[in-house]
Amino acid sequence: MGASNFTEGVDLAFKVIFGISLFFLVGITTVMLYFVYRYNRKRHPHAVQFKDNNILEITWITIPLILVLLMFYYGYIAFSPQRIVPKDAIPITVIGKMWVWTFEYQGGKQSPVLVVPINKAVKLNLHSDDVIHSLYIPAFRIKEDVVPGKNNYMWFIAQQLGEYDVLCTVYCGLRHSYMETKTKVVSEAEYEAWLKALPEKSNEPEGLLILKKNACTGCHSIDGSKIVSASFKGLYGKTEKVVTNGTERSVTVDDEYLKSSVYEPDKDLVAGYQKGIMKTYKGIVSEDEMTKVIDYLKSIK
Amino acid sequence: MTEEKTHHPEPSYLVDTGKYKGLMAWLTSTDHKRIGLMYMYAMMVFFAVGVLLGMIMRIELFFPGQQFYGPQMYNGIFTIHGIIMIFTVVIPGLAAVFGNFSMPIMIGAKDVAFPRLNLFSFYLYVLGAAIALASQFMGNGPPDTGWTFYAPYSIQTHTNVVAAVFGAFVLGFSSILTGLNFIVTMHRMRAPGMTFFKMPLFPWSLYATAWIQVLATPIVGITLLMIIAERWLRIGFFDPSLGGDPVLYQHLFWIYSHPAVYIMILPAMGVITEIIPTFSQKKVFGYRAIAISSLAIALVGYFVWAHHMYTSGMSATARWIFSLLTFLVAVPSAIKVFNWVATMYKGSISVKPPFLFALGFIFLFMIGGMTGLSLGALATNIHVHDTAYVVAHFHYIVFGGVGFAFFAAIYYWYPKMYGRMYNFKMANWSFVFLFSGFNLLYFPQFIIGIMGMPRRYFDYLPQFTFGHQLSFFGGVLLVIGFVIMLITLFSKKGAKAPDNPWGGRTFEWRIPSPPPLENFDIMPEMGENEQPYDYK
Repeated sequence: MGASNFTEGVDLAFKVIFGISLFFLVGITTVMLYFVYRYNRKRHPHAVQFKDNNILEITWITIPLILVLLMFYYGYIAFSPQRIVPKDAIPITVIGKMWVWTFEYQGGKQSPVLVVPINKAVKLNLHSDDVIHSLYIPAFRIKEDVVPGKNNYMWFIAQQLGEYDVLCTVYCGLRHSYMETKTKVVSEAEYEAWLKALPEKSNEPEGLLILKKNACTGCHSIDGSKIVSASFKGLYGKTEKVVTNGTERSVTVDDEYLKSSVYEPDKDLVAGYQKGIMKTYKGIVSEDEMTKVIDYLKSIK
Repeated sequence: MTEEKTHHPEPSYLVDTGKYKGLMAWLTSTDHKRIGLMYMYAMMVFFAVGVLLGMIMRIELFFPGQQFYGPQMYNGIFTIHGIIMIFTVVIPGLAAVFGNFSMPIMIGAKDVAFPRLNLFSFYLYVLGAAIALASQFMGNGPPDTGWTFYAPYSIQTHTNVVAAVFGAFVLGFSSILTGLNFIVTMHRMRAPGMTFFKMPLFPWSLYATAWIQVLATPIVGITLLMIIAERWLRIGFFDPSLGGDPVLYQHLFWIYSHPAVYIMILPAMGVITEIIPTFSQKKVFGYRAIAISSLAIALVGYFVWAHHMYTSGMSATARWIFSLLTFLVAVPSAIKVFNWVATMYKGSISVKPPFLFALGFIFLFMIGGMTGLSLGALATNIHVHDTAYVVAHFHYIVFGGVGFAFFAAIYYWYPKMYGRMYNFKMANWSFVFLFSGFNLLYFPQFIIGIMGMPRRYFDYLPQFTFGHQLSFFGGVLLVIGFVIMLITLFSKKGAKAPDNPWGGRTFEWRIPSPPPLENFDIMPEMGENEQPYDYK
């Protein structure tokens, strides 16, 4: 049995297409090389001219036509159920944000890992606020773009317990290749228990939740390690060398500097970083939220 | 670039006869043969840069994790690699080089219909390429969108997208004007007696190509301008945060960029259709079928663009319609392969370097085409879309196909271009390295793609390491092959080439090597019973 209800159908389509292709590839190549050998000028000094043969031409138009229609058919029948979602499917909202996946379950509980029960239909409602991402689970043979402003969806029934890779396949900027997570297929009882244990509202500080919601933590770690840019740990109160209008100066990271860094990231850019990598969060992170973020940053000095 | 006089009373086109000498004589020449060569030199430089960028990516990908440089640089490199290879090498490609050098001679004309427009197209090409390259050094750093400039990322990124997009826009004009020039040339300037169905098949393929250039390129032109308008004037075409639709961008982009694949591959098929009969000393099998299949590919190629977008959220109906149409375009390509092989049957085959590269082309093109079938089918496409499988597939088409046809064409027409032969043994070695290196580089990408390796990844999961490492070694072999080829062609002067070294039947083999400035002393004609491939 395949990892998902689609795996076997898709693999069958691959086998049909690759099987026919391999037969023709080997056949044509063999014939071609045989001609090159048999009718080499050494063995066959005079070419024999002959007229076009319409029956032959029609034959080799018809046969490939039938074969490609067959391939179309296998591709179609394995695909069409992917767009028809069972009514009882468990809805999960997928939020794609540069460069983090978040899975929101009914009741608003959120998880960075997609946990699903075995043998149950799951519908993923795909949502993006920034650019196009694409959710890809290779083992399940499914993929669908996560397009801002559009309500795309996908569904599946996981049929094998285990852990599978989840990847982003539409290029979405700096850390595109790190936008990956796992899907865990567990028994139904385990799933229920896990969902219950998942905190309704995270007990993490509000400031950190705001940072996570906006995917700030995709580039700035909270444990002192360097991902793309400076870690949030120990940032508040630190002295940084920044470039303002082309001149270098020193600033102390305080409330004012943090605000300007979030709303106008390129204004006082820390020396050594390139302009334009961080976008402005003006209109996205409110002043009120900013205060909570600053409180949190003070707490992890 | 001077050449001693041939036995011919008229000096060859390589001798400067105008008011300028040396480099200036080339840069101001409206001669189709010189313009063809100038395109070739420019493309070789761009190709070398593209290959180098490709190798810089392969080195970084040798191990998972960061080795030599970070993701921002990697994203910039795959973007400019794509822009250079697509817009400055394979799209103008064979049409600009050999369409210019050979086509007018093959139809019995002195030049193209508008020689000055032709030179202007060349300068637009140089200008467009220069703007695209300048994007690397100006503004907020190299563009990092991929050559596809997908919105809304291309609207939101702060990198220097506008310059790259504008470069592609200017290159588009070069392509449109060349297409227009060729259409008029083939309509108006064929030798007396040469009806359309007596025209050789390389010009036929250029004719089909030229219509795509003229009709499809304006669409990408306007789309690229829309990106610039959106970035500068904040008009919401594509970015949903401005009220636009990002999927609309993909439609507009692929309405051009899918037919553009046929702009690349049709002239390649045309070159192969010249080489196979010459070295088999056989009349082309199914002349009409090949000519008509070129037009069929050009026509059906317009209606398959959305097969690049099966996962974009289009309706299920749109997906299956585009899938069905995509399969139909596979058939004319198959017809051509059957006709090439049938032409060899009972021929008298001489395996010279151009023929060897043509055989390599057929094999690689078959793999490229057949792996495209699982991209055309819906269920299989969903799995391998935007993975390394796609990267392998289109490299088999645009490099294994167009690239190898390009190499074949250089080896085929080189004696006519320079009036010199080259060392066959060396040329065969270049084939061995290029062919084996190519397969070692790209075949593993099919496998890791099916395993789930996404494209445009700076870093990857450990299970894909072996594939990337094989690819790296393939890349090394490929570079060696390329160097051997350059040495073979340009290191030292070969023996003098006869007018017709391969026993070809088309017009270019009836005039001196290298040809005189106006190609023919006596304008050629085609008799009532004459055919383009009259082998005895």
